[in-house]
Amino acid sequence: MNTLSDNSSVQEQLIRDLTADLVPVRRLASPGLRALGWLAVVVAAAIALATVANLPALWHRLSGAPDMWLAVLGSAATAVLAAVAAFQLSLPDARRAWALLPLPAALLWIVASGLGCLRTRLAPDTHVADMSEARDCLMFIVGLSVPLSALLIMMLRRACTLQPGLTAAIAGLAAAAAAATLLNFFHPFDAAATDLAVHAVAVALVISANRAFSGRLLAPSFTKH
Amino acid sequence: MSRQTQDSIADDRRSAWMAAAQAGDGAAYQQLLRDCIPVIKSVARRRGVPADRLDDAVQDVLLTIHRARQTYDPRRSFTAWMSVIAERRAIDLMRRTQRQHLREVHAPLEFESHADGTADPAQGVAHAEASGTVASALAGLPARQREAVEHLVLEQRSLDEAAALTRRSKGSLKVNLHRALKALRRRVEPGS
Repeated sequence: MNTLSDNSSVQEQLIRDLTADLVPVRRLASPGLRALGWLAVVVAAAIALATVANLPALWHRLSGAPDMWLAVLGSAATAVLAAVAAFQLSLPDARRAWALLPLPAALLWIVASGLGCLRTRLAPDTHVADMSEARDCLMFIVGLSVPLSALLIMMLRRACTLQPGLTAAIAGLAAAAAAATLLNFFHPFDAAATDLAVHAVAVALVISANRAFSGRLLAPSFTKH
Repeated sequence: MSRQTQDSIADDRRSAWMAAAQAGDGAAYQQLLRDCIPVIKSVARRRGVPADRLDDAVQDVLLTIHRARQTYDPRRSFTAWMSVIAERRAIDLMRRTQRQHLREVHAPLEFESHADGTADPAQGVAHAEASGTVASALAGLPARQREAVEHLVLEQRSLDEAAALTRRSKGSLKVNLHRALKALRRRVEPGS
């Protein structure tokens, strides 16, 4: 009987603590709107990179090989859908199925990139990347993913996910897909197995690093605020 | 009035309380959290949380609701929102309990009947004296230091939980625990 009343008094004390000096909170915008905020930063980065990129050469490359367009479309759509999924998963009542949202776009990205390898002729103004050029691709994707992931995780922390590992992994996919899309500005290489493998490694690295390190940042802390 | 209508009225009331809590109304928030307890217990029981851990589940969910209150959209059902949170926290609690069971064996009879090879009847008296000394040393600590020892050592709460319950900062709890342990060591250790 004593234990029962002890537990009730602990709960009562907790309720009094949580409600004392309660401050108003600003309701979060919808996940779609919040994703748009992050994507606006990605678009701003794209515009900044476009000013230093050789746009006519990029247009020439893409118009000569339709599979490259599809791959760019796939990576861009993966970034958009993964960002929306990450913001959905950041809500405490979100269903895990949101993690599947970027899957169709990711499949398009993988298949279109793979199709490029099967082409027998080279896309115009391209060559097959050697190992040092492929390493530069890896550095670009990982390097650009770091600030994009950091911003996304900072925005996701405003919510309260109860699936921190999954949310962080999907955020990593969004950042890596956005970085891979922006890489096209400086990528005069045709699709080749080694280059694609390096891209896949870079994306996997960003997702794993996000899951391992950012998952902890997203796990809710229970201090009163 | 049908059960469904009653549930719907209760849900509307909770949504209104939560919207008021988001605007900073402490009284509405208090009513809401008290009203949530039976629902949380029912969800936790359904998820297989044993009776002796139900109160842990309630505290976990209340803290989560508080931490996540800015994510609630009053146009949606509060009861559905809270029930999903309660289910997730109950599953987390069950996982934590299972991990604990894997590490520890609950065998009270074996524990009681296990012969201690190093047993010395005189030691029993010494232990009793030592635990009495610790208890009296604990009672002699200043209130804040005793509170830190009780929450963090005796009840084995995390710093976050203890900070939420005592309304002290984590830093203050750590400092008080450090001072308390130092004071206890001075009082209990022989020759000091």
